[in-house]
Amino acid sequence: MADKLLRVEGLVKHFPITKGLLRRRSGEVKAVDGVDLSIGQGQTLGIVGESGCGKSTLARCILRLLEPTAGKIFFEGEDITHVEPKRMRSLRRQMQMVFQDPYASLNPRMTVRDIVSEPMAVHGLHKGKRRERVGELIERVGLNPEHGNRYPHEFSGGQRQRIGIARALALQPKLIVCDEPVSALDVSIQAQVINLLEDLQSDFGLTYLFIAHDLSVVRHISDFVGVMYLGKIMEHSDRVGLYAKPLHPYSQALLSAVPIPDPVKEKERRRIILRGDVPNPSNPPSGCRFHTRCFRSEEVAASGEDPVTIGTVNTRQVARVCVDEVPSLEEQGEGQGHLAACHFAKQKQVI
Amino acid sequence: MTEPLLSVRDLKTHFQTDDGVVRAVDGVSFDIFPREVFAVVGESGSGKSVTALSILNLIPKPHGKIVQGEILFHGQDLLRLKDEELRQLRGNKIAMIFQDPLTALNPVFTVGHQIGEVFRVHRGASKKQAHARAIELLELVDIPRPDQRVDEFPHQFSGGMRQRAMIAMAVALDPDLLIADEPTTALDVTIQAQIMDVLLKVKDEFNSAIMLITHDLGVVAGVADRVMVMYAGRVAEMSSCSDLYYNPKHPYAWGLMTSITRLDQERKDRLLPIQGTPPSLLQEFDYCPFSPRCPHVQDVCRKEYPVLRQCGSHDHTAACHFAADPGWEPPVELVAEKVS
Repeated sequence: MADKLLRVEGLVKHFPITKGLLRRRSGEVKAVDGVDLSIGQGQTLGIVGESGCGKSTLARCILRLLEPTAGKIFFEGEDITHVEPKRMRSLRRQMQMVFQDPYASLNPRMTVRDIVSEPMAVHGLHKGKRRERVGELIERVGLNPEHGNRYPHEFSGGQRQRIGIARALALQPKLIVCDEPVSALDVSIQAQVINLLEDLQSDFGLTYLFIAHDLSVVRHISDFVGVMYLGKIMEHSDRVGLYAKPLHPYSQALLSAVPIPDPVKEKERRRIILRGDVPNPSNPPSGCRFHTRCFRSEEVAASGEDPVTIGTVNTRQVARVCVDEVPSLEEQGEGQGHLAACHFAKQKQVI
Repeated sequence: MTEPLLSVRDLKTHFQTDDGVVRAVDGVSFDIFPREVFAVVGESGSGKSVTALSILNLIPKPHGKIVQGEILFHGQDLLRLKDEELRQLRGNKIAMIFQDPLTALNPVFTVGHQIGEVFRVHRGASKKQAHARAIELLELVDIPRPDQRVDEFPHQFSGGMRQRAMIAMAVALDPDLLIADEPTTALDVTIQAQIMDVLLKVKDEFNSAIMLITHDLGVVAGVADRVMVMYAGRVAEMSSCSDLYYNPKHPYAWGLMTSITRLDQERKDRLLPIQGTPPSLLQEFDYCPFSPRCPHVQDVCRKEYPVLRQCGSHDHTAACHFAADPGWEPPVELVAEKVS
């Protein structure tokens, strides 16, 4: 595994919940609860999941914008989990971030030129040639270099996202973490930004960690995809495996819920409608975290295809093992490296 | 042919800003028929929400103003109604569901109180009757344990449940028209599927028509009978749902179809986005507003505004000079779809 640019082992991030004037600790939100992943040089790993599943926290922990509670992060083989601030600063040259909200992530009082050249000033790079370099970057992301003197409010959402990308590129990083980079944009603009990200990847050999809730966008851009639910990775596979042969019932439900822009197909489709909402991450369900909404576990309990002990959760009959035991993320199905954390993983075509 | 429930004719809603007049909606006409799902699709700033707000005269004043047009509901022009008459109509015959249920619900009253309020105000029901009706409605929108949930406050509800409560409130008085402005945009996909189910269920239950405003072409495909595509404050294309998806005529509609990532098709190596960005609405268009971005632009597009013209079937219109007889082929992706 030495060739992986980024490797994360057992990453945990708990946020304390405090109460009262003395801020006594009364519990914790288990935002990320034991995540392993790795990304090879030049590849894209997509992380999908619904809001509150911990995907953004995961991204921030990897860049050490948040201090992880436990676990290890390796960048180019170096353990960066606890490196001192000075070393971290120089490491950040290698890893940059593109944020979701192009309105909130650019300082409204700085010109575009200042925004894009700031990282170079902080790291003391390209002295004397900064202006030129900024012009190149602005042009590279598809903006007019003459607009360098303008302020963010003079640009549309898509153009602002391009400015954010130019800023991330300024230090020639190896890894770019994109946290929902296109979800605030209109569809016609989304496609422009996705194409730009892909072009930049092939030109500069960039590695992306791409966080999004839109499964079709993630399929387009990713080589590998991880599906997160309540702080854990439920399924991890290459792109083809996940979308054509999803194994975990949660991935199946998620995929089947994505509406398809084709009236005939869409009306014929039978979708899996999950009951209820995502449970509170400060008190996640025991065993498999998905068992409170899982149709597969009910199926197994009802059909008796595997002889299982039956448990009851809020009047639902489910397999007992799902309530008691945490399923480990392990290779299942036919594909190599197709991992699923489910006691009863079974392929199901849903698209 | 049945009489339309709602007829909007040449609606113009403008906003006064420091930079000049923003023509948010500039000459939009359409009909909504009883019991149909009429979808309005467009990107941000295309005027779809302003169109909806204009129907109920909820345009923020004094900056916004409906400067022209007629909005006929059951043959009655809503723009001529007095405030009091309009208030009788809102929530009663025409109800609205907003994108963000947390800001649309009052945080200091229980959900049941707010749903029951419509019965007390519009029907003169007693508190007890209103409470009982609120429980029935919560049950209808599939909220578990409605008899307990009814006395909870909005912050105790999840996002999906709040939107259900909003739907319950909207259909409380059996409206003829339900305007849903991006009802699922703030929700996760699995919850979105639940909410669309509930919306269609109450539509059947109460025989309402739905005006569904959204930017999500996937959602539209599953539920809409007819679709109106808006661009730069005007109608770009209007047709039945299947015509729009399998036989779009306006290059903007094509562009929308080809720029999205789709799970039902092979992954494309490259997306085909629409170039450029939408135009500023500070100007009055005497040319095609899409022409600066259009891959098939001709001289006439830069000189003349294209009126809506019929193309293909009788209820299919598009605002493109070449809609009826395009001299170009639609993108390969769409043709392939049509054949299969």
